[in-house]
Amino acid sequence: MYRGREGMWAWIFHRVSGIGVLLFLFIHIVDTALIGWGPGVYNAVTRIYHEWTIFRFLQFTLIAAVLYHSFNGVRIIMIDFWPQGYKYQRQLFYGALTLTMLALIPTGYFLLGPVFGIETRQG
Amino acid sequence: MSLAERAVARRGTNFELWSWYYFRISGVLLLFLTLGHVYIVHILTPIEQVNYAFVAARYAKPFWRTYDLLLLLLAMSHGVNGMRLILHDYVRSRPWRVFAYSVLYSAALIFTVLGALVIVTFQPVPE
Repeated sequence: MYRGREGMWAWIFHRVSGIGVLLFLFIHIVDTALIGWGPGVYNAVTRIYHEWTIFRFLQFTLIAAVLYHSFNGVRIIMIDFWPQGYKYQRQLFYGALTLTMLALIPTGYFLLGPVFGIETRQG
Repeated sequence: MSLAERAVARRGTNFELWSWYYFRISGVLLLFLTLGHVYIVHILTPIEQVNYAFVAARYAKPFWRTYDLLLLLLAMSHGVNGMRLILHDYVRSRPWRVFAYSVLYSAALIFTVLGALVIVTFQPVPE
């Protein structure tokens, strides 16, 4: 069995997050298109995103996928265009993971705070 | 190899080279557009406030329609190009690959047109 370590995981996460984000893009086009049916329909749809706990977790997962795909994308470009880049691909992978985790802290606070009864906004 | 086959092979190589550049160019643009979109619409704005009135106010400005249209076109083309490579990797039989590509490109076309129509033509009605 091939065990490519960090490079392999970076590649797998990039593919899986890419497929996930593309799938959501299709869903997002449909939910946005429902705005054509007027405020009643559209507000009912957006309310699902706000009120269903599972949707809050799905949105958190989505943002995690977007962040990882973005930062690992920068890693790939650095490996391609910076002549020394390939030597640091492992460190760059951990860098991408760290940035993803850091950016997920405020995301989690605002998105999931209310789920755990934390008042994150005034008014 | 015939001349025609060579031409096809060469065009194939060139296409993949452009695809490779396109991933990187669209990727850099998407880095800013997508993270900007997620931050402005879903973090800066409490998600409880994302509703019909929010979109109506946002789409009163042509800037946001242009932003969203650019984001849609770049994200869709970048994503479909990625999906094309994934299908190429895992769907090995030629007929099934043609079928898979057809489904992918048809879906991409339909959803891009639907998304673009909404962005361009949306006119809010009073609530």
